[in-house]
Amino acid sequence: MDNGRLNVVKRAPRRIPVLRSEQGPVLVGLLPILFLGFLFLLPVARLLMLSVEGGTLVHFHKALFGELYLRVFYDTFKIAITVTLLSLFLAYPVAYVLSTASPQWALIGFLFLMLPFWTSILVRTYAWMILLGRNGVLNQILVGLGLVREPVALLYNVPGVLIGMVHVLLPYMVFPIYSAMLRVDRDLLLAAEGLGASSLSVFWRVFLPLTLPGVIAGTALVFILSLGFYITPALLGGGRVIMIAVLIEQQVRQFLEWGFASALSIILLSFALLAFFALNRTAWRRTA
Amino acid sequence: MNSGPVNSGPVNSGPVNSDQVTPGPVNLAQVKVASTGVDVSGGSAEAPQERTDKRVPAAPILLSLKGIAKTYGAVSALTGIDLEVPDGQILTILGPSGSGKTTLLKVVAGFEAPDSGDVELAGRVITYATPASRGIGMVFQNYALFPHMRVAENIAFPLQMRRLARSEIRDRVGRTLSLVGLAGYESRYPRQLSGGQQQRVALARAIVFEPRLLLLDEPFGALDRKLREHMQLEVKHLQRRLGITALFVTHDQEEALVLSDRIAVMNGGSIEQIGAPADVYSRPANRFVADFIGQSNIYRGKVAASSPEALTVTLSSGQTFVARGASPRPIGVEVGLVLRPEAPTRLTDQDSRDNVAVGCIADVVYVGDAIKYSIRLDGGGEMVVRWPFYRNEAPLGVGETLRIGWAGDLLHVVDWT
Repeated sequence: MDNGRLNVVKRAPRRIPVLRSEQGPVLVGLLPILFLGFLFLLPVARLLMLSVEGGTLVHFHKALFGELYLRVFYDTFKIAITVTLLSLFLAYPVAYVLSTASPQWALIGFLFLMLPFWTSILVRTYAWMILLGRNGVLNQILVGLGLVREPVALLYNVPGVLIGMVHVLLPYMVFPIYSAMLRVDRDLLLAAEGLGASSLSVFWRVFLPLTLPGVIAGTALVFILSLGFYITPALLGGGRVIMIAVLIEQQVRQFLEWGFASALSIILLSFALLAFFALNRTAWRRTA
Repeated sequence: MNSGPVNSGPVNSGPVNSDQVTPGPVNLAQVKVASTGVDVSGGSAEAPQERTDKRVPAAPILLSLKGIAKTYGAVSALTGIDLEVPDGQILTILGPSGSGKTTLLKVVAGFEAPDSGDVELAGRVITYATPASRGIGMVFQNYALFPHMRVAENIAFPLQMRRLARSEIRDRVGRTLSLVGLAGYESRYPRQLSGGQQQRVALARAIVFEPRLLLLDEPFGALDRKLREHMQLEVKHLQRRLGITALFVTHDQEEALVLSDRIAVMNGGSIEQIGAPADVYSRPANRFVADFIGQSNIYRGKVAASSPEALTVTLSSGQTFVARGASPRPIGVEVGLVLRPEAPTRLTDQDSRDNVAVGCIADVVYVGDAIKYSIRLDGGGEMVVRWPFYRNEAPLGVGETLRIGWAGDLLHVVDWT
C-alpha cells in the first residue's frame, strides 16, 4: 500500500477525491467486461444452446461426418493455410523494407499499406471483381500484350478468392513482423557479419530467428481471420468456392437451419481457439 | 627526463602463438620504425616524444590507417587519420563522445567505408573488403551476444561460419570457454548471465577464431567499477598471452592508461597525440590532451625569456614560472603551462625550487588514498594539488597558508592555440 506511486498522490494537494489504487483497475475493467459479456459471451452461449437444442448432438454429427461438409472444412483450411503462407512471403520483405527505410519513406510505405485497410471491404472486393473478371482490366492487359491467347479465369474460383483475401489480410501479417524487426538490435547483424557470416547466414542464423515471434503472431492473426472469412470468398468465389462462413450464411438464410448453423459456428470457433493456443504456445516456448 | 614509460617495452617478445604472427616476407617489407609518440596532428611535436620513439623496438606493423577521412553529410567525422598498430600491442583510441573514435573503429571493422584513405591489415589493403572477409574479432559495447543462442552456440558461430569440423569446433569452444573462465556455462543463454559473464562470452566469441586483430568498443562501460578493473586486467593478460593485437576504444582515460601500450587521443575527428601512456600523461601535446587526460592545472602566459635550458613564462597575474626541457619559443608567444596536481611539493621556508608559490587552502577533498587541496595563490589564480594521504598525518585545513614548489621540468609547455 505504501508504494511510491501512492506517496506522490498523497503529497499532491487535490480537491477531487482520488480513487483508491485497488478500485481503479476494477472500475476501468468493468466497462469492457460488461461490453464483452453482453455482446460476445451471451450470444456465444446462446449459439451453443441452439446447436444442441433438443438435447441432441445430431447437428455436430452432421457437420463433422457428412462428406459434403467435411469437404467445406477441408477447403476452408486449405484456403486459410494458402492465404497465410502467401501473406507471409509477401509481408516479410515488405516489413523488412519498412523497418530499414528512413522515417519519411516508412510513413509513405505504411500509407500504401493502410489505404486499402481504410477502404470498405465491400468496395475493395468489387474493385477486384472489375480487375479480375473475364473482360477485366488484368485480362485485357494480358491478352493485349499477347501473353495469353484466351482470358485467364481469375474470378469465381480459388485463385480469385486467394488474391482478394491476401490483399485484405496483408497488413495483419506486416505489422507484427515489422515490430519484431524493429526490436532486432542492428549490432547483432553487424556482429554476425564481423564474425564471418555471409548475408545469407546473417539472415538464416540471426535475423530470421529473432523475428520469428513476429512471424508467429502474424501467422496466428491471418490464419484465424481467414478461417472465418465471408465477404471476399462469397463474392470473389461466386458460389463456387464455399468456405465455412459462406456455408453458415447459406444455412441460416436459405435453409433456416439455425441449429446446424450454430453447430458449424461452434466448430469454427473451436478451430480458431485451437489455432490460437497452438501458435501462442510455440511463441511462448521460444521466448521462455 | 622522466622515469621510463611504463609500457614502452616489447609486449610480444617472441611469438607466443605462432598462428598469430603474420607472415614474415609480406610484413618485413612493411616494417617501419613504429612512429610512437609522434603527434600526427602536426604542430607541436616536441623533442622528448621523439626521443622515446627510439626506445620502442620495431615490431611489424599489423594495422595501418592512411589518411582516413569520412563525412556524414556536412559533418566531418574523421579528417585524415594516420595510425599504425604494431603487432602484439594494444592501442587505445581515447576521446570524448563525438570525437569520431567509434566511426574509426567501424571503418577498421568494415561496417563503414571511408570517403578517402586506406586500411591495411598485415600488408593487405582491406579498405573496401567485407567485414566477414577481414577476420577481425570485435567486442561490442553492448556485447551483441545472440540472445537466441546458448553460450556455446554463440562462441561456435564464427567457427561454423568458417566451416570447421564439428569436433574441432567443440574442442575450440571448450578451450576458449576455459580461457575466459566460463567452463560449465555452455548451455546457458546470454540473459541468464551477469554483465561480467556476458562480457567474457563476447570476448571468447571474438577470439575463438584466432583473429589477427581484436577490436574492443567501450567494452567495460556497462560494468561496475570493481568488475571493470578486474576485467581490464584480465583482458590485458589474455591479450599478452595470446599475442593478439588490439584496437581499443574508450572515453575513460583511466582505462586507457591501464590497458594500453600506446594511446591515440582523438578530438573532433582527428588524432591529437599518439604515445605511450606515460608520455601522453606527462607530456601532453596540446591543451586538449592536457585537459582531457588526468587533472591538470593549466595556466595561460607569455614567453618572457627563452633559452635552450629554460623558458620563462609570465602569467597574466604577473607571476613568473620557469619551465625546463621545453623547446625554445619566440619571446611574447602565448603558451599554456601544464602542471599535474601531484607535481608540486610542500616547502619549508628554507627550501628552494625553480618555481615557488605561496597560497592559502580554499578547499579540501578526500579521495581515499590521497587528498586534493585547492590552493588560492597569493600571486593570483588557483592550483589543485594532490598529495598522498597518510593516516598518521593531520591533513591541512581550509585557510592554512603554505609554500609550494616544483622543478622546472615538471612544468610542461604547450601552445596556447
